[in-house]
Amino acid sequence: MNGAIEAPTIEYGQLMPMLLVFGAAVVGVLIEALAPRYLRKAIHVPVTLLSLAGAFALIILQAVRDGVPEQASAMGAIAVDGPALFIWGVILVLAFISMLLINDDDQFVAQAAAVPGSPEEEDAVAQGGAHTEVYPLALFAIGGMLLFSSANDLLIMFVALEVMSLPLYLLCGLARRRRLLSQEASVKYFLLGAFSSGFFLYGMALVYGFAGTVDLGGISSALASVGGQDSLLYIGVALLGVGLFFKIGAAPFQAWKPDVYQGAPTPITALMASGTLVAAFGAVLRVFWVALGNLDWDWRPVMWAVAILTMVVGAILAITQTDIKRMLAYSSIAHAGFLLIGVIATGDAEQNSGSLSGILFYLLTYGITTVGAFAVVTMVRDAGGEAGHLSRWAGLGKRSPLLAGIFAFFLLAFAGIPLTSGFFGKYAVFAPAVSGGALGLVVVGVISSAVAAFFYVRVIVLMFFSEPAADGPTVALPSVGTAAVVTIAAAATVVLGVFPQPVLDLADQAASALFIR
Amino acid sequence: MEPVEIIQHSGGVIGVAWLMIALPLLGAAILLLGGRRTDRWGHLLGVVMSLASFAVAVLAFVELLGMSGDQRRREIELFQFIPGMVDMGLLIDPLSIAFALLITGVGSLIHIYSIGYMSHDPGRRRFFSYLNLFVAAMLLLVLADNYVGLYIGWEGVGLASYLLIGFWQHKPSAATAAQKAFIVNRVGDFGLAIGVFLIWTTFGSVAYGPVFQVAGQAEQGVLTAIGLLLLLGACGKSAQLPLQSWLLDAMEGPTPVSALIHAATMVTAGVYLVVRSGAAFFPVGSTAALVVTVVGVATLLAGAIIGTAKDDIKKGLAGSTMSQIGYMMLGAGLGPVGYVFAIGHLITHGFFKANLFLGAGSIMHAMNDEVDMRKYGGLRKLLPVTFVTFFIGYLAIIGFPLLSGYFTKDGIIETAMHHSPVLGWLAVLGAGITGFYMSRMVFMTFFGQKRWAEDAHPHESPAVMTVPLIILSIGSIFLGGYLVLGNTLANWLAPAVGGPEEPIEFHFVTTPGIATLVLVAIGAAFAWMKYGRAEVPVVAPRGSFVTTFARRDLYGDAINESLLMRPGQWLTRLAVFFDNRGVDGVVNGIAAGIGGTSGRLRRIQTGFARSYALSILFGAAVVAGALLLVGNI
Repeated sequence: MNGAIEAPTIEYGQLMPMLLVFGAAVVGVLIEALAPRYLRKAIHVPVTLLSLAGAFALIILQAVRDGVPEQASAMGAIAVDGPALFIWGVILVLAFISMLLINDDDQFVAQAAAVPGSPEEEDAVAQGGAHTEVYPLALFAIGGMLLFSSANDLLIMFVALEVMSLPLYLLCGLARRRRLLSQEASVKYFLLGAFSSGFFLYGMALVYGFAGTVDLGGISSALASVGGQDSLLYIGVALLGVGLFFKIGAAPFQAWKPDVYQGAPTPITALMASGTLVAAFGAVLRVFWVALGNLDWDWRPVMWAVAILTMVVGAILAITQTDIKRMLAYSSIAHAGFLLIGVIATGDAEQNSGSLSGILFYLLTYGITTVGAFAVVTMVRDAGGEAGHLSRWAGLGKRSPLLAGIFAFFLLAFAGIPLTSGFFGKYAVFAPAVSGGALGLVVVGVISSAVAAFFYVRVIVLMFFSEPAADGPTVALPSVGTAAVVTIAAAATVVLGVFPQPVLDLADQAASALFIR
Repeated sequence: MEPVEIIQHSGGVIGVAWLMIALPLLGAAILLLGGRRTDRWGHLLGVVMSLASFAVAVLAFVELLGMSGDQRRREIELFQFIPGMVDMGLLIDPLSIAFALLITGVGSLIHIYSIGYMSHDPGRRRFFSYLNLFVAAMLLLVLADNYVGLYIGWEGVGLASYLLIGFWQHKPSAATAAQKAFIVNRVGDFGLAIGVFLIWTTFGSVAYGPVFQVAGQAEQGVLTAIGLLLLLGACGKSAQLPLQSWLLDAMEGPTPVSALIHAATMVTAGVYLVVRSGAAFFPVGSTAALVVTVVGVATLLAGAIIGTAKDDIKKGLAGSTMSQIGYMMLGAGLGPVGYVFAIGHLITHGFFKANLFLGAGSIMHAMNDEVDMRKYGGLRKLLPVTFVTFFIGYLAIIGFPLLSGYFTKDGIIETAMHHSPVLGWLAVLGAGITGFYMSRMVFMTFFGQKRWAEDAHPHESPAVMTVPLIILSIGSIFLGGYLVLGNTLANWLAPAVGGPEEPIEFHFVTTPGIATLVLVAIGAAFAWMKYGRAEVPVVAPRGSFVTTFARRDLYGDAINESLLMRPGQWLTRLAVFFDNRGVDGVVNGIAAGIGGTSGRLRRIQTGFARSYALSILFGAAVVAGALLLVGNI
């Protein structure tokens, strides 16, 4: 070391998908700054969709042409390995269809800064239009998700966490209707998110104190050589875990989820419920298996308890929900619990890749079905916007049999009924977990699924076997984007439920390489 | 003489023998899926498909005739059905082709007859689609080269039978009869299924060729078990004791169905099964074969006795069918010579019983669907064609010398006599009773006083119905002599089922033969005195306990009801009670518990960010504490 700073090597080729998304986000900011208001949306939409599609194409190119890299990129900060590529692909697919939904007008506020109910707001509404900043914000969040799921370094991971979360906090407050609820969601999400970030950061510091590095691989080798038995290390691991558990909505850190999902604009809820969850699970897997894999006997019991609590709380609390979005939020909590089973079963040695590929497949199936379900929610409206209360959904099957049928199908997929993608998702996670020795967890998972099936089926019963209310909600004629989202999601749910093998094989292939350190 | 080797075959008509099954199946599919659009020409399509299938069968038969005897077992491969377990293929041999000819031949005639019989029925297209479905399934049953294929066909004919018995499902009696047939057949089918499973586990194959080749090496007990299980299946499908009760009720279906399915073809599937598996699982002298003969004799007597007391012409014929199949079963338990007569009787019976049933249908057509023979009488002048053809069928079934039934039934009696005089004489007795109840039927219907309902205007049926009758009655006259004399059938079947060392000689004058004729004559004379010469009361008299015994089907239903149905109902009630109180209580209790928990837990979700933050802090403390605890153990 002679004082000269060595220039870092960065494998731009491998990082190109992520860079493309971030680049598009920056372009989006420029559009906001330079393009006239009436043109902005027309420019944003192609830029956004093309960048996402382009990033997806780059991933495929990377996987097909160059194969999966064996070294972490950017001086070991980012790991573009098999699971990362798969998760990137899933995030981009989910982001793409969520953006189609966001493209739908009438979801976002005209003037976010105006006090709800004030003359300024009325003026803004009268002027028409909506915040087009949504597009670059969403792109930043998506870029953050990509980075979050592939960070190979706790510091980068923390930055990614914030890059992902900050735009989402803002986006949550942009709902066009029920402004107060939306702003409340935004503030709550921000406060609690900041709070949990603090835990993550503090945990990181403690782990650094133990290992002397923030590199995930470095932590792993430090653990191997020193061998644990350090109280500060355990507290650090616990605090890191809390930060991650918060993001996936595991109990007892799930309280924000229903409130935020309900208040946020539904397309943003769709993006959060699918993309954020996928990215967060990518990070969870990385932290607990790459960095803390040698400590698994210590954190495993705690993870068991968290998984059980998450499944049970999600399933039981969903039963008494009366708002469709809150119900889906609790369902998302329960699903996070099911996914945690997979995380626990992803032990080293053989069962590792089976369980990992199960998680990857599950993330894809659950994400797509979730976006589809929220897309349907945007279409059922009454005078006050979306008809969120479940009682308003009574008899929907008689008025709009097709839409209600598709929604019923999504619900069955959530419940994991055969011939839907949800069945194979659950199977792909539960089966390796049983062989991996997590039988008890799977039993709890199956029982929770049974409890969860109750409230899914209850909505179906409500839609098809109740008389419609006289002043019931109308089903809005969907925009092209929304119709496309519902169609894509329904088709994917069917295809992955009937003919899942190619995607399962792909997930197997992605998982077989395991994480690189 | 042993059965010959099975030879792999391709090309020629036999190579496309699957068309026999595919064509009627296609017909059924078109008619069922096409819906109302096919109403106008649906029946014609059904007939064409059946005739086409018949044509293929005839051509395959001709091709088989062109081969020498030891070349006549041809197997064609179709596709891999269950990989590593069942390769679906067809076995075209003298036995299966004989059945195929009977099924498609008689089947086509009955298809044609049904055009007239069902002409006023709004569901005619549906009827023809079911008939096509039946023909396809029955052909699969007899043509498959393995037990699984046979089983699929077996269930297929069961389905077609169920659909056709309940064809007029608006009649509660028809719907009940269909269910009864289905449920009783479940018992038999279950036996067959287990039998097939046992064959698979014992021999590692379900194809006839490999199974028969190694059958002799298996343990005797296993062979007997397989034999008895297959026999249970045969009893269900062929209405043999103790699974006979459904056949009489099955007459609720349209008459062509009774003729085709419940007389000529489907009910003979059991005989086919026993004969096909005979060499392997029912060798002469084995326990299984003994049981087959006992079942056959018991059924032939029971059916005949039931036939004596029925006033419903179709039920009388149904009792007679039971009885005749009893004869076939008896023959099927008697080894290669028995097989020849059993199959011979099966074929001739297919003709004369179809003839009689279609005749009965023609009478019903003329009499406003009246089936009570006490309301017939003196019909011979008004229905001349029906009368003559019915009378030929009657002569054939009672075994009038030189008609079809005479040769085949006498053959069975003769063979049985060789094996065991007891069986033989019981069979002779059955023939005597046959003489009585069939004569009774003819006299009550065509002779004596008119006892018609007031609105009856009897008339002869249209040509589309009488022509099949004429063709069938010609078969009823000549077929038996043709098959038996000169050993035609025995030589034909020998490659498939084996044959006796020496050619069978048919003796016209034998003790049992004479005795049979005498008993039949006595029976007929007795019937003439009671039903021909004497006045027949329109309302059935009370009769002695013997009559009641016969009228109530020998208390078969009563036995089933008290032994199976009532205990079953009690069990059901017990299960319902347990379900309501026990299971539902637990389930509802759990649901209420979870719901209550949910309601209480909900209150934690206050909506205040501060309490959420507190819960996160609390959770973090617990996680950290737990990790410390675990880590420091």
